[in-house]
Amino acid sequence: MADSKTETKTLGESLRQQGVSRRGFLKFCTATASMMALPPTMVPAIAAALEKARRPSVIWLSFQECTGCTESLTRAHAPTIENLIFDHISLDYHHTLQAAAGEGAEAAREAAMHENHGKYLVVVDGSIPLKDPGFSTIAGISNLDMLKETVAGAAAVIAVGSCAAFGGLPHANPNPTGAVSVSEIIKDKPVVNVSGCPPIPTVITGVLAHFLTFGGLPELDDLGRPKVFYGQSIHDRCYRRPFYDKGLFAETFDDEGARKGWCLYRMGCKGPMTYNACATTKWNQGTSWPVESGHGCLGCSEPDFWDGGGFYNAISIPDGDIARNIGLGAVAGVAVGAAAGMLNRNARADAVARHETVTVDDLEKTS
Amino acid sequence: MQKLQDIDVRIEAAVDQSVQHGNAIPLLHEILHALRRLGETEEPTTIDLRSIPFGPGDEEQLLDALDRGEVTVKLETLGASEIYETAFAGVWIVEHKNTEGERIALQIEITRVPEILFTQVADLTDSISRLENRLRAPDVGAPAEQSYQWEKA
Ligand code: SF4
Ligand code: SF4
Repeated sequence: MADSKTETKTLGESLRQQGVSRRGFLKFCTATASMMALPPTMVPAIAAALEKARRPSVIWLSFQECTGCTESLTRAHAPTIENLIFDHISLDYHHTLQAAAGEGAEAAREAAMHENHGKYLVVVDGSIPLKDPGFSTIAGISNLDMLKETVAGAAAVIAVGSCAAFGGLPHANPNPTGAVSVSEIIKDKPVVNVSGCPPIPTVITGVLAHFLTFGGLPELDDLGRPKVFYGQSIHDRCYRRPFYDKGLFAETFDDEGARKGWCLYRMGCKGPMTYNACATTKWNQGTSWPVESGHGCLGCSEPDFWDGGGFYNAISIPDGDIARNIGLGAVAGVAVGAAAGMLNRNARADAVARHETVTVDDLEKTS
Repeated sequence: MQKLQDIDVRIEAAVDQSVQHGNAIPLLHEILHALRRLGETEEPTTIDLRSIPFGPGDEEQLLDALDRGEVTVKLETLGASEIYETAFAGVWIVEHKNTEGERIALQIEITRVPEILFTQVADLTDSISRLENRLRAPDVGAPAEQSYQWEKA
C-alpha cells in the first residue's frame, strides 16, 4: 500500500527512475490501450497522457460484499502492467487489504480525504443496507454514513461489482437488509458502474487506467457502465452466434449439440440480454470464458440477475415465438442479435414483473 | 462423503475439432486490404486481437495461415515480447508478455517495421550521454549507469 500521498512525480518520471526505457514505456502503453479496449491508433495519445499522469489517491470501501470483487482485482492477469498502474495510484485505504484496522485506519482515510480534497477517487464494492445500519458497519460507522462522508470530497465514485452497481445478491428478493446500490444514494457525483459478479479484473483496472490516463471518466451507457466494456451484448460478440442464427441449440450438457459447441440459449444462456466484455476479454489470463467452457452466461452484469428466473431456464418469452418475432434464421448479423437482446430484455423485465418463469418446455410449446 | 477426486470422470467423446468458428477468414481479408493500403499509401494498420471474439481454435487457425517468415525479434523490457514477420512480408505478429510470462497484448501490425523496434529518440539521447560519460571517465571499462531522460526527446 503506497503511503506517499504528497508524491508529485509523474508516471513517466517514476518509470524512468525504475530503469524502464522509452521502448518499455511504449510496450506498457500498448498493453494499457488494449486493456482499456481502445484502438491501437490511440497509443501515442495514451503515451503522451500517461507520461504526465500524476498519482491519484484512491479510497476503497467494502460494504455488504463477499470480497469476490477484490479477489478478482488482485488476480488481475497482467502483473507488470497492473502493478505499474497500482504502484501509480495511491491506494490510501482498503480495509480488506490493509493491515491496519480501527481508529488508525480510519485516521488514514480521513487524512487522504483531507489532503486530496476534490481530487480523490472512491471505489466501492458491496451494497449498502438501509433497513438497519447495524447490519454492516466498519469501526462502528454505518455503511451509509461512511459512504456519504467519504464521497463528499471525491472527484468520482466507481461502484465495482453488481452489488455496488445494482444491489446484487443482497438486493435479491426478499432483500432482507434493504440493500441498495451506490447510485441510489449518491446523486451529486459521477458514479461509474463496473458491474459483474465479479467484474472482469482487467475491466476494473481498465477503468482506473482511464482515469489515470485522461483524468476523467469514460463514456457511460444508460446504466452508468463504461461503453467500451459494456457497449455490446455477450450474444453479439459470442463465437457460438452462427449456431444461434442457424437455430442449432444444445439441449443438455452432454448431447451432440453440446459436443459440437452449439448455442446454449435453450440451456438458459442469458447472453442476449447481458452487456459485458467476457466474449472478447475472456477470463483467467484470457484462457476462456463461461460460454467457451460450455455453460451459458448467467447475466451477472445486469441488474437483478438473481431474480430473473432460473439460470438454466431459457430467457422468459411470455408471449410469442422468437423465430417469428425476430425473424430467426432469416436475417443474419448483428441486427438480429440487437433485436433479440431488446426483445429478451423487455420480455425478461415483463416476466420479473409478473413473476412468471418460462421453461424450455414452455418455449417449445409456443414455437 | 465421496471426495471430489474420487468421482470418476469419463470423457465419452472429445470436443469436435472440425467445428470452425469462422473468425480467421474475415481477418485474413482485413489483412489483405491493409496490405494493399500499405503498398499504395504507406498507411500502416494495427489489429488488436484482444478485441476479436475468437472461438476455440480461431487464433491457431489464423496464426497457422499466416505462418512464419524471415525475421524474428525478441524484446526484453517489462517481460519478454516476441515480434516476427509472418510468411507474408509486411504482416507482423507482436506478442507482449509480462514478467510472469503471461500474454498482455497480441496484435497484428501491417507495416514495414513495427514501431516498437525502432530505437526511440529518448533512448538514443540517453545512450549518447551515457557513452559520452563513459569516455570522459578515467576507467573507460566500467559500466555506466542508465538514467532515462525521455523529456529531452
Ligand atoms: S444465446 Fe448464449 S451461447 Fe447462444 S449465441 Fe447467444 S451468447 Fe452465445
Ligand atoms: S459470461 Fe455472463 S455470467 Fe458469466 S461472467 Fe460474463 S457476464 Fe457474467
